[in-house]
Amino acid sequence: MDFATVLQLAGSSLRLATPLLLACLAGLYSERAGIFDIGLEGKMLAAAFAAAAFAAITGSVWIGLLAGIAASSALSLIHGVASITLKGNQLISGVAINFLAAGLTALVGQNWFGLGGQTPQLGPGQRFLAIEWPLADALLPVPVIGPIYRHLISGHNILVYLALLAVPATWWILYRTRFGLRLRAVGENPAAVDTAGISVVRLRYAAVMIAGLLCGIAGAYLSTGMAAGFVREMTAGKGFIALAALIFAKWRPWPALGACLLFGALEAIGIRYQAITIPGLGVVPVQFMQALPYILTVVILAGFVGKAVPPRAGGRPYVKER
Amino acid sequence: MAAGGGDAPPAIELAGISKSFGPVQANRDIDLAVRRGTIHGIVGENGAGKSTLMSILYGFYQADAGEIRIDGRPTPIPDSQAAIRAGIGMVHQHFMLVEPFTVLENVILGAEEGPLLRPSLAKARAELKRLEEEYELDVDPDAVVGELSVGLQQRVEILKALYRECDILILDEPTGVLTPAEADHLFRILRSLKAQGKTIVLITHKLREIMAITDAVSVMRRGEMVRTLATADTSPAELAELMVGRRVLLRVEKTPATPGRVVLAVENLSLTDDKGVARLKGVSFALRAGEILGVAGVAGNGQSELLDVLAGIRPATGGTVRLDGQPLDLGHSTNGDERRAARVAHVPEDRRRRGLVMPFAEWENACLGYQGEERFEGPAFTLDRTAMRDAARASIERFDIRPPSCDLVTASFSGGNQQKIVLAREMERDPEVLLVGQPTRGVDIGAIEFIHNEILALRDRGKAILLVSVELDEIQALSDRIIVMFDGRISGERIAGETDERELGLLMTGIEPGTRAA
Repeated sequence: MDFATVLQLAGSSLRLATPLLLACLAGLYSERAGIFDIGLEGKMLAAAFAAAAFAAITGSVWIGLLAGIAASSALSLIHGVASITLKGNQLISGVAINFLAAGLTALVGQNWFGLGGQTPQLGPGQRFLAIEWPLADALLPVPVIGPIYRHLISGHNILVYLALLAVPATWWILYRTRFGLRLRAVGENPAAVDTAGISVVRLRYAAVMIAGLLCGIAGAYLSTGMAAGFVREMTAGKGFIALAALIFAKWRPWPALGACLLFGALEAIGIRYQAITIPGLGVVPVQFMQALPYILTVVILAGFVGKAVPPRAGGRPYVKER
Repeated sequence: MAAGGGDAPPAIELAGISKSFGPVQANRDIDLAVRRGTIHGIVGENGAGKSTLMSILYGFYQADAGEIRIDGRPTPIPDSQAAIRAGIGMVHQHFMLVEPFTVLENVILGAEEGPLLRPSLAKARAELKRLEEEYELDVDPDAVVGELSVGLQQRVEILKALYRECDILILDEPTGVLTPAEADHLFRILRSLKAQGKTIVLITHKLREIMAITDAVSVMRRGEMVRTLATADTSPAELAELMVGRRVLLRVEKTPATPGRVVLAVENLSLTDDKGVARLKGVSFALRAGEILGVAGVAGNGQSELLDVLAGIRPATGGTVRLDGQPLDLGHSTNGDERRAARVAHVPEDRRRRGLVMPFAEWENACLGYQGEERFEGPAFTLDRTAMRDAARASIERFDIRPPSCDLVTASFSGGNQQKIVLAREMERDPEVLLVGQPTRGVDIGAIEFIHNEILALRDRGKAILLVSVELDEIQALSDRIIVMFDGRISGERIAGETDERELGLLMTGIEPGTRAA
């Protein structure tokens, strides 16, 4: 493998990791506040559809992005009402959201566009395009640094950079602000937060809505950044891989970045090396390479990475005990 | 105690407070006045409504009717924020701490200075240092709370309240989890808080503490305020009578034991848990027929693990246990059934989680674990429900379980009656060995008397009893011999009646008291 290939793979990993990272951080906010969120997948899917549909209709990718965020936030609100206000089961609510999104996007898509659930192909103004950084081509001849700058640092769309910036931002919010302290506290012991005179309900809604925002961006990225339009079921389990990454990262922002990059890299390798020949074993089937991220997810979720301790109050609605 | 302006308004005044949860009236028309700068005790049995009343004062619940006045001013307290603003702080029985957080983070939670943490943390660090010097409240501000001992965690709770500049401090059963030395320290802190003019409300069921530290005491019974007395003018016997509504014997009448053969011989028992922490480190003792061997110690020093191993719930990692000379299986395949077959009965420490299935009817719990007995066999692999319910009804009568209805869901019995259901089940089979953990935790005074007498009666029938309890009073009242556990070891053995609280308290902290004239 030469240097250029490595760079290409790295760039591709980064682009594939972006939706995972945004969804993973979404889950991080929600779960750190004690609300399990397996509806990441559905929210991303709904956002992907809304973003592509509105970009296609209005011709503006930004309106598309806003529509994506709105769709995802609406589902987040449903999850919030079900699991915070009505104290329902968070897993069931999440599953319902996934089904709802899968069904609705296909139905509404067919109704609006008549393309079998797809949206029309998006043109340049309806998509997030790669941004060339200044002097990218001029610096290319500089050894090592030039190609890295040109192929890895420059040349992604704005949402990729946004996702990367979201990592330090999340870390700072979580560990350096009052909101972060309270958010972490409410996921560990909501009774302590309540007796300290802080509203548990308001905090948890805030967390769930942040999750909606981030999932919205993740979904918009899928249909208007990575691809040029919406395809049915286009999230293909990315929400669940993001959840796996979240567990792998033990609910911490920086390790979440690492975990998402790892999954992104596996996917990139799966796409690039459709057939690998291992000496003595023969050719590894394409399907195996494509299944690799999913296989790893299972391995990780099976606890291969050691014990991951979730936020202690996670998954349980807060009820003042009698 | 009338010092300082007799006509100043009381720090806390409750007028006509009522609160019900569904059909249960937890507080009925309660009046209470607590004078500024005093320590005021509130006693009552479990379910008398003490904690509910204090939760109303702290804004955790809203009263259905009545008024709260702080320093003479009517002060509505709709939530905890309002209570904190009114200068009220509360140390809950179950601590309200975020365990993975540091002491500092716990202290500032909800009382931060601004949107960023750094200035708040700096201010809290300085303030904690001042409080530490003023009140002997030393805790490492950077320690993770979950890794602190219970006594230190309680200090963090007090610091939280003081950091919010409370004038009134409510403590709910604060000494339940403390060693005698820690409790003494707590009382010193409370006295110095009182000297600074703070008002303290102490909820407890330990009458000795009331007598030792309070200025006045209010007694509650079944949701009502029975009476408020000056502590100097009352006695534990009077308070107990007011609490229960009838005369109670505070001391157990006990005849000397007549220990027989060694029934249970425990040798070098050890247990290392999944995390690699040694919970039992070579425990050896012998339990004889016709005696009660008390196991004292602060919770978490290996007593629970000892009970688990003996009851066949957890495998041991080393050592032997012989029952009448026959070694017991301590391996992974062992289970409670084998022990029951060997006539070792077990009353678990946590009856709600281990002893009973709360949503089951009483009659189901009354035979749980013994459902395989021949007399419960019905036709074709079924259970004979009639026989089971008859048996349950018989035990209800014998153990005076109330209400006397075997079809009632177990969760709706009071703590004392739930405990009687477990005790009835385990004692009725006339076991050779009874392992009993915390037999009177969360049990009313009236029921305590009954339970203690039943345990003694079993002893007098020549059975061997191992009693684990964190209540030193209970250990001293019932045991014939006492072993003290500290850090997975037996730190000392004493003959009951030849030792005292101070000596046992030292052993509980792992210190061997100055050798007695041997």
